[in-house]
Amino acid sequence: MNLKTTNPALYYLQRTAFYLLVLVIAAYLLAPFFWAVLTSLRAPGDLFLAPGDFIAAKTTFSNYTQVFSNPNFQRGLLYSVVVAVGSVLISLLLGSFAAYALGRFKFKGKTMVLYVILAVSVFPQIAVLSGLYTLINNLNLYNNPLGLILSYLIFTIPFTVWVLTSFVRDIPGELEEAALVDGASPLQTLFQVLFPVMMPALVTTGLLAFINAWNEYLFALTFTSTNRTVPVVIANYSGATQFDQPWGPIMAASIVVTVPLIILVLVFQRNIVSGLTAGAVKG
Amino acid sequence: MTVKASTPVQPVRARGIEAARARQAIWLLLPTLIAIALVAGYPLYRTFYFSLFEANLTSPDQRSFVGLGNFWFTTEDGVALGFLQDPKWWGAVKNTLLFTVVSVFLETVFGMIIALVVNSAFKGRAVLRTAMLVPWAIPTVVSAQMWAYLYNDSFGLIGRGILGGQAVLANTDTAIWALIAVDVWKTTSFMALLILAGLQSLPGDMYEAADMDGASKWTQFWRLTLPLLRPALLVALVFRSLDALRVFDIMSVMLGNVNAATTSMTGYARQALIDNQLLGLGSAVSVAVFVLIMVIVVIYVTAFRVKFD
Repeated sequence: MNLKTTNPALYYLQRTAFYLLVLVIAAYLLAPFFWAVLTSLRAPGDLFLAPGDFIAAKTTFSNYTQVFSNPNFQRGLLYSVVVAVGSVLISLLLGSFAAYALGRFKFKGKTMVLYVILAVSVFPQIAVLSGLYTLINNLNLYNNPLGLILSYLIFTIPFTVWVLTSFVRDIPGELEEAALVDGASPLQTLFQVLFPVMMPALVTTGLLAFINAWNEYLFALTFTSTNRTVPVVIANYSGATQFDQPWGPIMAASIVVTVPLIILVLVFQRNIVSGLTAGAVKG
Repeated sequence: MTVKASTPVQPVRARGIEAARARQAIWLLLPTLIAIALVAGYPLYRTFYFSLFEANLTSPDQRSFVGLGNFWFTTEDGVALGFLQDPKWWGAVKNTLLFTVVSVFLETVFGMIIALVVNSAFKGRAVLRTAMLVPWAIPTVVSAQMWAYLYNDSFGLIGRGILGGQAVLANTDTAIWALIAVDVWKTTSFMALLILAGLQSLPGDMYEAADMDGASKWTQFWRLTLPLLRPALLVALVFRSLDALRVFDIMSVMLGNVNAATTSMTGYARQALIDNQLLGLGSAVSVAVFVLIMVIVVIYVTAFRVKFD
């Protein structure tokens, strides 16, 4: 039955083909990013070089120093952090209340609430753009990070509720019953009994929501004029003239906003996958 | 509460606790429901409301009711004003649908191949699994800029090298394929991760039995793996399709906002609403996008009996 012993030639051919496929996949996944990193480390003049010479050209960090001294980029980083952290913290707080109710309590209309939350997470952002725009204007939050925090709740809240609910369901009921018998109120139970158990879930959900908020582009582009987040800054990064595309600094800025995310994702690999599947595969 | 709890009849007490639990649940849910009503419900209602008016974004209070005129209206001089009469809108619809169908299809196929590879035992498996996360972790705007650079006709590895200095992004007909390639690269990882999670939940002894029966790997894939993966695959498909249908950032970054309007439905809506300041018309387009996406959700859910939860 074993191919290795019955037909070694075919076996090694298969293995080689398989490893070739692995190589192709790895190159496909990583090459564009590798090329961006390389470009961010090359002087502007080197961009014209043929690929071989380009790889061999001298490494310089001038693009990075240029990006970090750009006031728009500095402000972008600050606003991105403020907006993403703000919307994630609010969503985690509200989301864990809701997830506790949805995962542990029986009441009429529960399925309805779950479906409404799911519907909000699938509907297109453009559908609320004009309504949100006028709302944000009326609240005087245009160009204000608070306006973005408010608008980001539209996707961070449904996401956190949905994922946390599936985590809360998996917590053994005995924990909560013990607290109930001791006379703890639901909020006490949530904060003192469930939160410690839910910590990994909260970190995972928070991280995934953070990535979504960090990436958001449509609202950030529409609801701000000067106080822009990093994706909008990168999308509109321009050189001295209109026709000058400063690819080196653009790639450097791109790497700066991406590397922290990649590190976070790699550190929390296992949690990320479980969070994604709780959020997407189960619904 | 204590008075009720001390009554000797058990069922009443149990029901009392249940009623109290139901009340507590409402209080726990209330902040979320209020937040959703504020950021989703009310704006959605306003979008529907504005879609029936002619209004300017800078002065929404000076509006006049036009009914469905934003959707379809021809003046006495024969000038078509409704967006449904605008060929550019239909071009955007066509491109968005093409983008969605092709990119989701390719993502599913590539995602399946990558997931099957990562699911088998080989040296370097952990490395490949980690590499899978990289495109997914890169922000969409960043990947759009990265690819815009790769496609650039005077600097780019693809634009200058492979395509020989041809500006793919300048022409809408070729640009759509270039954009599909970007989306496939960015989100295949996500598909692969979900499929991989599904694969790992399949029982191993089933494959041992199939091996014993002499079923080939090929037969096993079509007869066992695929049917069992169906539920996970369908939900992933639904979410990816909906994401692709509302695509905007790739088009906006790689083509600019003007060309994005002819390439994606969201881009068209945003141009009408923000760049042209047409609050009524822009809202009407947004309503159309919303309705179209909801129809597709309903078709998916009923046709494939997708079960959430």
